[in-house]
Amino acid sequence: MPRWFYQLASPRWCYQITGRLLPGFSIVALLLLLGGTVWALAFAPADYQQGNSFRIIYLHVPSAILAQSCYMLMAVAGAIGLIWKMKVADMVAKSCAPIGATMAVLALLTGAIWGKPTWGSWWVWDARLTSMLILFFLYLGVMALNSAIESESTAAQASAVLALVGLVNIPIIKYSVEWWNTLHQPATFKLTEKPAMPAEMWLPLLVMVIGFYCFFAVSLMMRLRNEILRRERRSGWVRDLLLSK
Amino acid sequence: MADLSTNPATDSRMEHRTLGAGGLFVAALKRDLMLSLRRKSELVNPLIFFLMVITLFPLGVSPEPGFLAELAPGVLWVAALLATLLSMDSLFRTDFDDGSLEQLLLSPQPLFVVVLAKVLAHWMLTGLALTLVAPVIAVMLFLPAEGMLGLMLSLLLGTPTLSLVGAIGAALTVGLRKGGVLISLLVLPLYIPVLIFGTGAVQAAVTGLPLGGYLALLGALLALGVTLAPLAISAALRISVSG
Repeated sequence: MPRWFYQLASPRWCYQITGRLLPGFSIVALLLLLGGTVWALAFAPADYQQGNSFRIIYLHVPSAILAQSCYMLMAVAGAIGLIWKMKVADMVAKSCAPIGATMAVLALLTGAIWGKPTWGSWWVWDARLTSMLILFFLYLGVMALNSAIESESTAAQASAVLALVGLVNIPIIKYSVEWWNTLHQPATFKLTEKPAMPAEMWLPLLVMVIGFYCFFAVSLMMRLRNEILRRERRSGWVRDLLLSK
Repeated sequence: MADLSTNPATDSRMEHRTLGAGGLFVAALKRDLMLSLRRKSELVNPLIFFLMVITLFPLGVSPEPGFLAELAPGVLWVAALLATLLSMDSLFRTDFDDGSLEQLLLSPQPLFVVVLAKVLAHWMLTGLALTLVAPVIAVMLFLPAEGMLGLMLSLLLGTPTLSLVGAIGAALTVGLRKGGVLISLLVLPLYIPVLIFGTGAVQAAVTGLPLGGYLALLGALLALGVTLAPLAISAALRISVSG
């Protein structure tokens, strides 16, 4: 294991390492998102059924994927914080929640915008939409609990427990919602199943997904750095850092 | 310790330091039941709430029997879920306020067992009571007679899971002054699977479809809840009390 990996556990070193990584990730995220957007909107072929309206997939799918993986990261970071009492892991978990919630909102909004031309309505109680909405609620719960508890470490531990409980529940919720949907109304929309796309269509999607991940890394690092400075505001190195600027 | 000895139930538990898991479970269950039975008004509150919420639907939507019958499975389940949620906040609150929760955490006994007993006591006085009252209220909503068995069985299997999951929320917020609204925010999304399978069971019973699948799923959720939720509740209690 390289030395910098262990150093990530210390707020001070974590601040310095993320500071060094931040410019690189920002540039890559910007290039991928710009390139991916141009490719997706201008060069990818239009869908033979949905025409150009399908192009919102290039925002919708990456944000939905990210909303889910962000919850995973939050729960794993929470567990690490809970087990090994690592302050940085607590801060990562706390920084994840708002990003994940935003991604869930973005996925819901783009889903609604996509739903209007294809399904004829802004909102459908479709299994995937509903489980994304529930995921958003889970994020809100974690954030509400985190802000309700005064003590930083207690808040971090309590939200970590809640995130882990949510993690166990996510597959249960996902499958129960899918069964509920198929039981109540037969699958009208085959759109929920990924169509076999040609490469010209999914390659820009892949670029966008990687771009979103890089963007997520950038915004997570920025939030984390803020959180580190806020929590370590009484320590010497933060004072030195702020005074030297 | 002085104020604890005035409480006979806690006192008898403290004397037996070599209780086995079974004895501990029974002692904690007895204590919680006894303490709850002494506050009778709090006991009936969830039931009254259940009845009132049900009353709102004919008033707010439509008193037409056919329409209400169609609505009944969902309304009954949602009302039962909200009634359970409402009663959740008090689960650890009194123990936390008078300090006996801290004593429980300090005791060498496994917290898992105590927590399970407390949740069982809570369920017997809310979930079980709701299950017994539900058929009467279901008649008011014109739920067909074929649906009654499904309603009772699904509530019987589903409400313990609601109590277990709700207890996690109660344990997480027990240290907070205003935990009530926060609990609903934390717990309601986690209640969704139980709601789906519970109403599914009632609807299947009404239409004459086999119930077994839904009940098996509710049972599976309950098994998962009984094994995992006490762990989360214990961890949450330790965090809330130490913070």
